[in-house]
This record gives sequence, C-alpha cells and structure tokens, in this order.
Amino acid sequence: MSKTDSTFSWTIYDANTLSQREIYGIVLKDLGALHPEIVGLSADLAKSTKIGTFGDAYPDRFFNFGIAEQNMFGVSAGLARAGLIPFVSTFSAFASMRACEFLRTDVCYQNLNVKVIATHGGISFGSAGSTHHALEDFAIVRALPNLTVIVPADAIETAQAVKRSMDIDGPVYIRIGRGFEPAVYESEDYEFEIGKAIEMRSGSDLCIIATGNTVWHAVQAADILKEESDISARVLNMHTLKPLDEESILKALVDTRRLITVEDHSIINGLGSAVADVIAGSGKACAFTKLGIPDTFTPHGHPEDLMHNFKIDTDGIVEKVRELLNREFEETEDWEDEV
Amino acid sequence: MTLTSQELEVLQERAKLIRREIVDVTGWSGGAHVGGSLSMVDILTVLYWKYMNIDPSRPDWEERDRFVLSKGHGGVGHAVVLAQRGYFDRKELREFNETDSMLGMHLDAHKVLGCEASTGSMGHGLSQAVGMALGARVLKKDWRVYCLVGDGESNEGSIWEAAMSAAHYKLDNLIVFLDRNHMMIDGPTEEVMSLEPLADKWRAFGFETVEVDGHDLVQLADAIEQALQHKGKPFMILCDTVKGKGVDYMEGNPGWHYGGLSTEQVEAAKRSIGE
Repeated sequence: MSKTDSTFSWTIYDANTLSQREIYGIVLKDLGALHPEIVGLSADLAKSTKIGTFGDAYPDRFFNFGIAEQNMFGVSAGLARAGLIPFVSTFSAFASMRACEFLRTDVCYQNLNVKVIATHGGISFGSAGSTHHALEDFAIVRALPNLTVIVPADAIETAQAVKRSMDIDGPVYIRIGRGFEPAVYESEDYEFEIGKAIEMRSGSDLCIIATGNTVWHAVQAADILKEESDISARVLNMHTLKPLDEESILKALVDTRRLITVEDHSIINGLGSAVADVIAGSGKACAFTKLGIPDTFTPHGHPEDLMHNFKIDTDGIVEKVRELLNREFEETEDWEDEV
Repeated sequence: MTLTSQELEVLQERAKLIRREIVDVTGWSGGAHVGGSLSMVDILTVLYWKYMNIDPSRPDWEERDRFVLSKGHGGVGHAVVLAQRGYFDRKELREFNETDSMLGMHLDAHKVLGCEASTGSMGHGLSQAVGMALGARVLKKDWRVYCLVGDGESNEGSIWEAAMSAAHYKLDNLIVFLDRNHMMIDGPTEEVMSLEPLADKWRAFGFETVEVDGHDLVQLADAIEQALQHKGKPFMILCDTVKGKGVDYMEGNPGWHYGGLSTEQVEAAKRSIGE
C-alpha cells in the first residue's frame, strides 16, 4: 500500500456493508484531497452513481451537465486538455452507448487522462429493464484503442481500481454494478495490479474465468464442486479486460484444457470472446464454454433472479461446469475424418 | 476603430495569403474542404494575428489562449493558418493528405502543433471548448477559449447540449464564432434542415449574441472587443459568410464543399483572390 492510503476515510466495515458505487464515491472524495487536479462530472446521476459524494466535498470541482452525456464526455476531454483529471460517472449503458462516439473520438483518440466510472453495469439494474441494462459495453469499449478496461469484483476491488487508475496517464473505463454485490475480498491486503488476473482458487480439472460480479459466484461454484464432487476448479478473477492477461489464460489452458468464462454481459464480444481469441491464437484444442447473457434483450426483474435465469450465478456455473467436464474435445489426430 | 488602417491592411493582406495557400494545398493534395475553409479565413485571421494570446514557439505554453475548430472539416484552412502563423514549416503543407504526413483532412492534435483538439466528427468541438473554459476557472487561469462552430454542424444536438452548459456555467471566457456560410454538403442549410432563426436560438440558449459580416475584419474585431469586455455570459459572434469566399467561381456554390482543383482552376482561383 502506498503512504497515501492512510488518508482514506472508509473502513473495512464500510467495504462490507456499502455498495461498489458508495465505496467509489468515498474513495474519489478521498482522492480529491490528495489530487487537486481531479474534477467530477455527472449527467444528473450524482446521487445514483455516488460521484455526488465527491461533489459535496468539492463543489468547485464538480460539474453537473444535466441529462446530456455526449456533452459531458466532450467537456471531459477539454478539461483533461487543460491539465485536469476528470472522473466521469454515468450508467454503463449511457457511457458506452449514448456517449460512445464522444468517448471514442474526444477521449480515446486524443488519449486523454479521463476516468470513466460506469455504474449499473450488466443486468445489475434489474428492475429497469433493457433500456438500463448494459450488456454491450465490454464489446464496445474493448474495441477502443488507448482505453484500459477494468471490471472490479466487489467494493474493495472498486476502491483498488479507482486508486490505481490514477497511475495511468490515459483513459480508463471502470465498470461496476448497481451495488449490493456480495463481497469477494475482506480487505485491500492483496495484490491488485491492472492487467494481471488474480487466482482465487487453484485447480487442475478446469478453469473458471470470471469478471466483475460473477467472480463471487465463480468462487462459490468452485467450492461446491470441490466439496460435492472433488472437482478441482481454478478460478481466475479477470478484473482487467484490457489489457488482457493472456499469460494467465494460456497457463490455465495448458494446465486444465477446460475453460469456462462467466460475465454479466452479452456472450458476444465480451470476456468470453476475448478469452476465445487467446485460445484460438494458441493453436491448442480445449473444451470451452462461455457463460453470459445470450443474444437477446433482457426482461426486468430482480438482478439475482435474472442472473439465475441466465445461468451466470453459482448454480448456473456449477451446472455448466459439470457439462463442460463431460464434453469431449478432439486431439488433432482425430480430425482426419472431417477434412 | 478597433483596427488602425495599417493593421487592417496587414490583416487583409494576410487573409489573401491564407486564401491563396488554401487553394494551392487543395490543388496539390488532390482535394480538400475548400469552400468551408475559405469562408472562415477572415475570422481566423483576426484571431491568430490580432487577438489570441499565443506564442507559436511555445505551443504548450500554459497561459495561452485556446482555439478549437469545432467545424473540423475546415482542417485545410486551419493548417494553412497554423503554418503561416509559424507553428510549423509551411513545407509540411506540401504533404497534405499524404500517407505518414503530419497533415490530413481533419487535423490530429497529437501531430499538429497549435491544434488544440482533434476534431472532424461534427458537434464535438464546442463541448471540448467548454471543458477548456471550465478548466481555466478551476485552475484560476486567465486564458480564453475561442471556438468556431459551423452552421451545418449546428444540426447536431450536442452543439446545443454544449451551448446549454456554457450558459449554465456562465463561461464568459468562452467566445464562440459561427461560420454562417449557409451551405452544407447536400445543399443550402435551410433546405437540408432549417436553422433560422439562428441568432434567436443562441440568445435563447443564454449567449450574448452579435451578428456581423464574417468577412469584414473591422466588424469582427469590434465584436471580439465587445466579447472581451462582456461578463457573466458566453459570447456568440454569428458571422454571416459566403462559402468559397474570395474565389468567384466557388462563392455560394455547395458543389465546392469538397473538391479537387486542376492547375487552371488553381490559377483562376488565385487571380480571383488577387495578389
């Protein structure tokens, strides 16, 4: 931990009782004391995204743009050009889609030091339905050059990601949920490095690669599989989607030959597709399953129910892992009949 | 008079030099947004040679005034202005549009000294200018931000989002010009998408708005003087201009939004602009 961490005003109790976005608001407020160049931007979601916690502490460095996300991202580029470090907060759906071209052209193309905190990612804003679900943002922001993409597993990791994002002199997209995600970490006393996956469970039969709020479920699933069936499942917390930790993926591929990815995102072009690219490039055969939201718009409902129905929660992962273990994959010598 | 007769003469001469070089670059680069670049020349001349607090030998000087070309299609015109103002060697203009050259259709702020924002997609520049003006306030700096918006570009909703925020934050260090050349690619603006009453719209959005002949250097200078004194509101100088201004066969013709020029056309254009 750096020496500056002692100034942070939240406690472990907070981390275990507050949501990701509440912790984000507090961490940003604390960072604001250390870095006078930080400014906060909101599009009428200061309360919902919790960037208002920063705004209350530093009203002269906080700007609301009303419900106008395009302008907010354009303004953030101008502020960054002036030498400031804007933290821009809105829902993931609007950061990645409504304001997409402004994020791409103004922020990423110009490689400016803007931090995007995209809240309510995936189906975490369950009751709001498809207009407020963000199942496409990984696909979109992963394709933007210069952008670092982080998907923290819980509140503590959100704090880590927000702080470490300051080490990068360029744009960072941090995607968090609505809150109420179960805590994966009990304290900040673990190695968090942007671009480096964290092994949550060691294992040799298969590897579950998860990101964001599905990490907790992946860990639960691994423990159940171990206990019930003595299945040894490795779990990787892939908190950084870009740059992707290809080394950890390749190691899991070589060690287990069975990979399963889990994400609160469309199965198209998210974590699973990124991992698939690595597998395909390796030239190694394996059994592989992507868990995520299928190619469909999602109904409203409780996030827990939706995650269950789409099989990206603990039960879904356990079920799909059992299927994966029974799947055959062909070694190259078996291919002759097909070519 | 805000301009002495000697200043006026120097600026008029400069505007001609810029127009002639825009025509040259359009000729040798194979094609450029020549019409909209010619319509904005007088605005940029007054800014870069009279009002902006800049030092081309120190493009990153923190206290400098900023200029954002929101109508990024005017890239060729802006490139000529920056070259003639001394930000980089005019020889670079020879490579305009070439692979691996510094200059292309829409200027890249990473490559082009003096260019404050990479624009080109419409409706982005004014927001960035608002950010720079807001930044000056946070950092307690005295720099001013000038921004040139196109009229066709004013169809974009983001222009009005930006306008709303500039007025909301009372950015009196932001001076916006609108190059009202009445033309866009598909034809006259009022046929493609009605903009009028444009001055009323800017007033309604909270801008102190004056209307000038955008090719009259004295009127432009008077308006800027007024804007520099004005407090509490962002300022809009709505400039009535002619697309293709200075080249008789291009003036008011939307066909010259973008185009290439033969050697004969280049010569005819320069004859029309004059020595």
